[in-house]
Amino acid sequence: MSLPPSENASQTDQPLGRHPPDLRAPVPVRLRVNGVEHKLELDIRTTLLDALREHIGLTGSKKGCDQGQCGACTVLLDGRRVLGCLTLAVMAQGFSITTIEGLAGADGALHPMQQAFIDHDVFQCGYCTPGQILSAVACVAEGHAKTDADIREYMSGNLCRCAAYPNILAAVKQARTLMEGA
Amino acid sequence: MRPFAYTKAETPDAAVKAAVYALDGETHAPPGAPVQFIAGGTTMLDLMKLDVMHPRTLIDISGISGGIEIGEGGLRLGALVRMGEAADHPTIRRDYPVIAQSLVLAASQQLRNMASLGGNVLQRTRCAYFRDVSYAQCNKRRPGSGCAALQGVNRQHAVLGTSEACIATYPGDFAQALIALDAEVEILGPRGMRRLAFAELHRAPVERPDVETALAADELIAAFTVPAGPWTRRSLYLKVRDRQSYAFALASAAVALEIAGDGDGGAVREARIGLGGVATVPWRAREAEAALRGKVLDEDSARAAAEAAFAGARGLEHNAFKIELGKRTLVRALLEAARMEVPA
Repeated sequence: MSLPPSENASQTDQPLGRHPPDLRAPVPVRLRVNGVEHKLELDIRTTLLDALREHIGLTGSKKGCDQGQCGACTVLLDGRRVLGCLTLAVMAQGFSITTIEGLAGADGALHPMQQAFIDHDVFQCGYCTPGQILSAVACVAEGHAKTDADIREYMSGNLCRCAAYPNILAAVKQARTLMEGA
Repeated sequence: MRPFAYTKAETPDAAVKAAVYALDGETHAPPGAPVQFIAGGTTMLDLMKLDVMHPRTLIDISGISGGIEIGEGGLRLGALVRMGEAADHPTIRRDYPVIAQSLVLAASQQLRNMASLGGNVLQRTRCAYFRDVSYAQCNKRRPGSGCAALQGVNRQHAVLGTSEACIATYPGDFAQALIALDAEVEILGPRGMRRLAFAELHRAPVERPDVETALAADELIAAFTVPAGPWTRRSLYLKVRDRQSYAFALASAAVALEIAGDGDGGAVREARIGLGGVATVPWRAREAEAALRGKVLDEDSARAAAEAAFAGARGLEHNAFKIELGKRTLVRALLEAARMEVPA
């Protein structure tokens, strides 16, 4: 039996077989990260987080729990915050991916959220910070940062084991003003 | 994680065709089937990393668009709509607050941006004995092996709808809103579309805890439909958990009320109640609904309804607290719903 129509074309450009020859063979994956196109050959199991860190060399996105519970791997897909650890790299194709490395301007000027995190001394160990900042940028853009209660609720997917939460709240509020005025 | 074949389907029909092809005539209950659909992946990849699920083929349906349609007759939510999109929808928030709240009180915004509505209702239990393959006993994971939770640490486990085979809690929130509002499911399969009452989608773990739904492995949830009713605006979702946000329910209640004179101390015409965090499947509390009909909603009538809801509850060593917690959660939800200011 041959494969039904081409709409089922697999990422490997091979027909979807019941017993494909080698499931471990790398597949071509194209990712657009911070405006740059990357052509990779990846094991199909590779998560977006591992593709960023291990294959592209962007280690700003952090691996905390690797099971969708801590938010340290938060990145933006077309501006929407998602978890890199629970996204297959192959499924992130076609999106514009933003990591912490892509947030500052081309001239190196920090994003208002990055500056706010410095101004409010939000760093302690710093491990959750890239995820916090990307999540916070999206939180403001979504319109979920209007009140303190909203910010706490909509930032709850980013855990900070140093418990810098009061400073995170202050930073989001400062950046919100600048971002909304922009 | 074990290797798998991957293919992307651009349409629901293509996804079903791909599943039929990849299944190659094998029949399986979907949770254990070797061919799985993946949309947000938030449950699937998590369980694949843990080796609880190990499909040989993943069919990517994340590129299929979903849509939200609202009409006189009710609501139609495409299965590929992301949780976050439905939670923020202004008409759903106003006319079906129990749905919006059940979504926004679940997971985190990152997960809600990823997870589809269809995948959300199929989310699998958080039972630690299910999620950790080093435990030999789990009837969901290894049919016939027994249930380690019965004699184990069972604080998170269910008190309603349990059996000697399984006490794992159904973890979702959105499903309680759907079951309370008499939603239906549109299911696409190789022989076309069929409809099912949402209440018949999940199966209580009687003899086969590994068979969690009425779906076949080659069937795809296409949409949920929610009928309009005079109770949908006076509705809410109350979720009680160990921390204030980003946690699974210890007890939750989805309630929708129609009150004579519209809230002015009149009698309850209609009550719709779903319970979460306490049951093995999305739970409709029909006994509690019947107890409220015709009564003025106050502390006493709410308490009587809650007693009816939990009359059949069975607590174990660590989870018996959920019986009283569940009752109090329902009482508070009912009283808060009765007091809601409902827009005309």
